Amino acid sequence: MAVQADAGAIRRRRTRASTEVRGYGRATPYLFLAPYLTLFLLFVVGPAIFGFWMSLHDWDFQLPGKPFVGLQNYKDLFDPLSATAEPFWHGMRATGIFTVASVPFLVALPLALAVLLNRKFPGRTFFRAVYFAPFVLGVAVIGLMFRYILDTSFGLLNAFLGLFGAPDIGWTNDQPYAFIALVAVTVWWTAGFNAIIFLAGLQDIPAEQYEAAELDGANSWQQFRNVTLPGLRPVTVFIVTITVLASANMFGQSVLITQGGPGDTTATALMVITDTGFSQFRMGQATAMSYLLALCLAIISVLNFVLLRERKS
Amino acid sequence: MRRRPSAAFWILVVLLAVLVILPLLWMVITSFKTIGESQSDPPTPLPQEPTGRAYGEILTTGGQNPVLRWALNSFGAAALHALLVVTVASMAGYALARMNFRFKNAIFSVILLTLFVPGFVFLMPNYLLMDNLGWLDTLAALIVPGAAGAFGVFFMRQFFLAIPKELEEVALIDGANSWIIFTRIILPNAKPALATLTVLSFLTNWNDFIWPLFVLFSPERLTLPAGLTLLQGAYTTDYPVIMAGATVAAVPVLILYVFVQRYVIEGVARSGIKG
Repeated sequence: MAVQADAGAIRRRRTRASTEVRGYGRATPYLFLAPYLTLFLLFVVGPAIFGFWMSLHDWDFQLPGKPFVGLQNYKDLFDPLSATAEPFWHGMRATGIFTVASVPFLVALPLALAVLLNRKFPGRTFFRAVYFAPFVLGVAVIGLMFRYILDTSFGLLNAFLGLFGAPDIGWTNDQPYAFIALVAVTVWWTAGFNAIIFLAGLQDIPAEQYEAAELDGANSWQQFRNVTLPGLRPVTVFIVTITVLASANMFGQSVLITQGGPGDTTATALMVITDTGFSQFRMGQATAMSYLLALCLAIISVLNFVLLRERKS
Repeated sequence: MRRRPSAAFWILVVLLAVLVILPLLWMVITSFKTIGESQSDPPTPLPQEPTGRAYGEILTTGGQNPVLRWALNSFGAAALHALLVVTVASMAGYALARMNFRFKNAIFSVILLTLFVPGFVFLMPNYLLMDNLGWLDTLAALIVPGAAGAFGVFFMRQFFLAIPKELEEVALIDGANSWIIFTRIILPNAKPALATLTVLSFLTNWNDFIWPLFVLFSPERLTLPAGLTLLQGAYTTDYPVIMAGATVAAVPVLILYVFVQRYVIEGVARSGIKG
């Protein structure tokens, strides 16, 4: 009996040269998928489509009429005379500055941290856990904590810099210090996250490659250039992509640390979008802004995917 | 590579650790200071007259800033959210990893694609959806919509792909059906992945800032992140109180982290390799 069944199983396995296990009804896969797909359609696919539909209307959710305006909301964003273009591009500028200023640090420093952690030393697991720890905290905690530490008159940072005779710096209310502070806080918060991903990538590089390089007389720096960096390329593409996305989503740090200031120089695109949609109730315009920003991000993601991949060949 | 770490190496490693720990320590220390002392220049390293006033203020001000209530809301929402994610994601991940059916690749591609769609795109339409479902200002708005995220399915699928299929085939021969195989064989073998996904989902939900800020309004319905903004607005320069609030939000996750750091770190590491 058992032998027969085994033979049957083997035959089944041979005829389906794939990873699946047979022996389930036609509907079974869909039943397993149903709970998730219901949520997915309701809260992801539906809203993504409905959001675009909203962006084609003058959608004030407090008013009964929501007239269809076609692409007008999008056109307005490119018309300097419209009421939405000015704040939107101002926010895009803040988001752009923050992204350009933060991504290099959020890639380079975690890489250095990962190289540091890739050495074997006593307490390595402990230090790895410590460096990663800030990431488990939410932006609300990070924001309140650093709002105090960065305070111009009684913050810990200025007190520390004062020991070296530095004057009080307006980290939360003076430019360019506000951007420097926002970038630094974000690095403090998320560097460990990127470092852990880099570290996993480092550990995937076969040790033989280093041994071969060492036999060829390569020093540490040459090994880093010729073995480590090429080996990390796929991971780097991934990290750059998710970090650009995360930086472009910047919201909490500005809300809690600089309150968008000084002036509204650090009011990010996302702050403008939520202000337009939730405070001014102009959700049609707000969704148009969201979709335009998302489109920009999609283009940037594809670009850096292509650019970083290309150099390989 | 096999050289012993130098003194410079140790100084760097320890200095970085101090840089991480110091702000957190400063937050906790400040929460025990008086208002006056928290604004002294230069700051005092330790509270001169340690006081629990800040905690008394936020834990007892009769419903105005019910921090304990916020903590409870945060915990309930995050726990139920994690449970929901793990349930639906492991079922869907199993089907996508182990079964063959029409539109499988199309379905998986669409799910994967949404992993790269920024969350703010869903903000307004999902807000209106919450309004229509009557979920505004309820914890359901925090628990359910987020469970539609693609990460969990993707994560569980990757894990299931690595489980040897011989296990299932033996059970199949014994006449077990898919549900039995899934619950009795697959899930027990997926404990590390389930633990990781539970912890990551819990943390994400506990820390979520922007969504609760807009879908919750009543003071007694808020979660900690949304409540903390309220606290910052109400107490502006009473930093001991604000730091006490931040401490209440930070300490539970830091304690949780101490116990499950392995799962968190491995979960994050794995997400990168496969991505």
